[in-house]
Amino acid sequence: MSPESAILLSLGIPLAGAVLIALFGRRPNLREGVTLTTAALLFGTVLTLVPGIMAGGRPEATLIEMLPGLPLRFEVEPLGMLFALIASGLWIVNSIYSIGYMRANREKNQTRFYICFAIALASTMGIAFAGNMLTLFVFYEALTLSTYPLVTHKGDAAAKQGGRTYLGILLFTSIGLQLLAIIWTWQVAGTLDFTLGGILAGKAEGPVVGILLLLYIYGIGKAALMPFHRWLPAAMVAPTPVSALLHAVAVVKAGVFTVMKVVVYIFGIDLLASTGQNLWLIYLAAASILIASLVAMTKDNLKARLAYSTVSQLGYVVLGAALATSWGVIGGSMHIAMHAFGKITLFFCAGAIYTATQKTEVSELSGLGRVMPFTFGAFLIGALSIIGLPPFGGLWGKWYLALGALQAGQIAMVAVLMISSLLSIAYLMPIPIQGFFGKGNGNPGPVEIKEAPLPCLIAIGITAFGCLALFFFPDPIYQLLRPLGFNTNDP
Amino acid sequence: MDAPGLYNYWIVIVLMMTGFYVVISRGNLVKKIVGLNIFQTSVFILYITMGKVSGGTAPILAEGFETYSNPLPHVLILTAIVVGVATTALGCALVVRIKEAYGTVEEDEIQRQDDAT
Amino acid sequence: MIATHLPALQIVVPLVSAPICLLLRRSGLAWALASIVSWAALACAALLLQQVLSSGPISYHLGGWAPPWGIEYRIDAVNGFVLLIVAAIGAVVMPYARVSVAHELPEEQHATFYTALLLCLTGLLGVTITGDAFNLFVFLEISSLSSYVLIALGRDRRALTAAFQYLVMGTIGATFIVIGVGLLYMVTGTLNMLDLAERLPPMSENRTVLAAFAFLTVGAGLKLALFPLHFWLPNAYAYAPSAVTAFLAATATKVSIYILLRFFFTVFGAANTLELGTLENLLIPLGVAAILVCSTVAIFQTDVKRMLAYSSVAQVGYIVLGIGFASTTGLTAAIVHLFNHAMTKGGLFLALGCVVLRLGSARLESLEGLGRRMPLTMFAFVLGGLSLIGVPLTAGFISKWMLVQAALEQDNRFLAAAVAAVILIGSLLAIVYIWRVVEVAYFRPAPEGDGEGEIAEAPLSMLIPTWFLIGASIYFGIDTSLTLGVAKRAAELLLGGGA
Repeated sequence: MSPESAILLSLGIPLAGAVLIALFGRRPNLREGVTLTTAALLFGTVLTLVPGIMAGGRPEATLIEMLPGLPLRFEVEPLGMLFALIASGLWIVNSIYSIGYMRANREKNQTRFYICFAIALASTMGIAFAGNMLTLFVFYEALTLSTYPLVTHKGDAAAKQGGRTYLGILLFTSIGLQLLAIIWTWQVAGTLDFTLGGILAGKAEGPVVGILLLLYIYGIGKAALMPFHRWLPAAMVAPTPVSALLHAVAVVKAGVFTVMKVVVYIFGIDLLASTGQNLWLIYLAAASILIASLVAMTKDNLKARLAYSTVSQLGYVVLGAALATSWGVIGGSMHIAMHAFGKITLFFCAGAIYTATQKTEVSELSGLGRVMPFTFGAFLIGALSIIGLPPFGGLWGKWYLALGALQAGQIAMVAVLMISSLLSIAYLMPIPIQGFFGKGNGNPGPVEIKEAPLPCLIAIGITAFGCLALFFFPDPIYQLLRPLGFNTNDP
Repeated sequence: MDAPGLYNYWIVIVLMMTGFYVVISRGNLVKKIVGLNIFQTSVFILYITMGKVSGGTAPILAEGFETYSNPLPHVLILTAIVVGVATTALGCALVVRIKEAYGTVEEDEIQRQDDAT
Repeated sequence: MIATHLPALQIVVPLVSAPICLLLRRSGLAWALASIVSWAALACAALLLQQVLSSGPISYHLGGWAPPWGIEYRIDAVNGFVLLIVAAIGAVVMPYARVSVAHELPEEQHATFYTALLLCLTGLLGVTITGDAFNLFVFLEISSLSSYVLIALGRDRRALTAAFQYLVMGTIGATFIVIGVGLLYMVTGTLNMLDLAERLPPMSENRTVLAAFAFLTVGAGLKLALFPLHFWLPNAYAYAPSAVTAFLAATATKVSIYILLRFFFTVFGAANTLELGTLENLLIPLGVAAILVCSTVAIFQTDVKRMLAYSSVAQVGYIVLGIGFASTTGLTAAIVHLFNHAMTKGGLFLALGCVVLRLGSARLESLEGLGRRMPLTMFAFVLGGLSLIGVPLTAGFISKWMLVQAALEQDNRFLAAAVAAVILIGSLLAIVYIWRVVEVAYFRPAPEGDGEGEIAEAPLSMLIPTWFLIGASIYFGIDTSLTLGVAKRAAELLLGGGA
């Protein structure tokens, strides 16, 4: 199929899937089959675009002109390609997991769940393939709205409260800050098309660049840069597959992806580096990394701990963008992929533990590793990847980020990366260690403990394997991302 | 300038302000309608006054007369009077219905009854 | 033959049908006649707009008398667009009204209802289409008087006091307009708007002209619920029958805004009024106040109809803000929001009418669990709410974008930033009050055993018009070629230049 139709199909397939899921709502097996088929078809469609992108092509497709001079336009480039691959690939895995989890926990409203999931994925594809900032914004908001029913799935008072924080922060930042930045950019630059090297060069001076950057960074609430990070722990009221979606597949990834895109394609790393407007962002990102890691250490609730871990890890990507160097950008983008696999493994394990034992707090998990070896083993793998130790993929993200920091002359940031790795050891490693070698709490809990349901285990296995595989095969990703950083005059 | 011409305009302003004041300050609904009528009457006088041509007679074609007053304002005012009558009629009808529903036509009484429910 | 007399037919058909409606007595027949007439009016308006867009302004001499002595109906891009809006809303609300009115009004009042609605439609169409200043006043009063009647037909006895309050304020407003027109006539000797536009410029310093401008502004301001002259609106919208609220919310204030636009830009002429400098100083602060104050007040309302009424005043504030910028972008934003808000608010009130049909009231507590019992209605409400907030892919987003763009184009950077911030804060406030409804409808369980029996979804005859308007507000958020295209033409025309 032609690249143009592949782009449009990437949006159409999940939407069509949503409709079919609604139709088959009363027949769970058929409905789940639709989800899996849709996800597989989507991944296949996205894959067809890869060869063209690797060869340097940039296919595009234009839909309707929404505002004079601003059409809804799609253009595929390396960063978007990577994001689309991660999202569509992990959707398949997440769907397998969801089937196991939702059925084992006898969750209600499963049809609504799968429909919203499909719409959220369609929005994610829209964000990944957006060709201008307007299109990105449209699908960014669509993602917020389509994930709201997922976050508030349980429908009780806690879900309502969590949903309020989620929607409140995300809409406040997007409408109050990001939209302002976008319209201002439109006015200053006359275009919103993503262009390598940025569209603001020569049109905006130092202070304006700085204010715009501030509006964008804090306007992209999904990147959870402190202090607008509270929505992420608040969204933990959602069922675990949703948390996995939020943290690994779509939502936060969309946030840092947008940050990357804005830095590389709206501002241009040269403009940022030359005006020096990226310095405060470097420090903010570093602060976010460190503070979030420290908070994670204090959290006993497993999902909350993982949530703050995500806030910290997202800081890495923002740091990569803020460094405004070629290695920094590549490192940050790579980290999007590596963190996705690592974090989704961790969340899948957390959900498996909850399904099998009804336990949610870290202190309760001692000794469980001996009863659920597979789950805790996968948790160990995911944790090691997040920490950044070989032989797991997370190493590469940190490696290139460190290179980027050196390239920018920010030695302190290398130290920050080291310290945060140590901190992540502190908040992640106790869990598998206590699980395998701990004494056990003595109280067996309400249900007989066994391993998690089979679909969950399959999903966990796939993602854990992914963490391992990415260590040995980072090159395709590197080759994909290379044009991002090396179109400039950097060595 | 002829004093009579200006005198009219003063009456217009006095009536306008009186009517407006009655509407705002009086709590009795019927009095409000009265105020509204006074207010509208001032407008009628404004229009008719501006229609008068010095030395002109009533705007009806007749033998021996050369100068007539401007007939257009007269026509406009007839229309406005009709509108005013319709408004007054509607206002009074509403007052009757309000009396039936509340038992009073005093604004504060009505407010008290509404707040109580 | 019909084509040449289309402008006259636009008014005459609904006008003549109104008394016939009254004579028909039977509810079903009156409704049928009213529906057919409203659809004919829509066809008429669509044809007129199409003609204007393709061949320029239409000038129709009523009775064959040439202006400026005769009354002229003049249609250009501005009022062609408003005609379409009014006629479209009328055509959508009429089919809806059959069940809604049957439920809310006693049988013997139905024929009166449809008569009054047709008269209101006539009046609004007449205000829009006429090119004569006094004729405008006459049609304005026709529409106002019939709307007082319509509001007073509400079930709650407070509808009577609301109608009375609206009557008093509306009459003062209309009388101010007639004073303004009279003063203009006094200095120029003409009532035709284009003729006035030609004769006024040499007299722009004349105190009478300034007084006329003031009277017209305040008069129109009262009718369009410009903050702080909006006090009649919340009560009127809250207690009127649902179909009436939807109709008035989507048309009456819009037509009054059109009056303002027509007088500001066509009669007084862009040159005159901009020199007076009042627009920026007057309208922008009032617009800002309307947005902030009324959005905040809306948050604390316990009746959803009142909440949406205050929201309407805030949305009018947006439009007034756009007019205050007095730039092409600003006016385009204002005119496009005129259209978008009509669609959105009309749809929202129609959805509320469905709720009132089944529950008997629109109080927030009674909406508990409604998301499950009336899913289509509540989803329509959510979509309409999203358009009010200004989420992309809705019409509200387009309006907000254009307004912020217009704000950022201002020379005074501080003002630009402040106003842009206010526009966006308005959206954030809208999130709060819309989400109050969403949370009650979707997060609270439905109360057990109402005693009313099963609360079912609203009937199709009410759902279809609701979804039509809500669908329009989504459609025109994506395909803006018609709305933005016409709005831009209208803006350019008003500021002097295009046609």
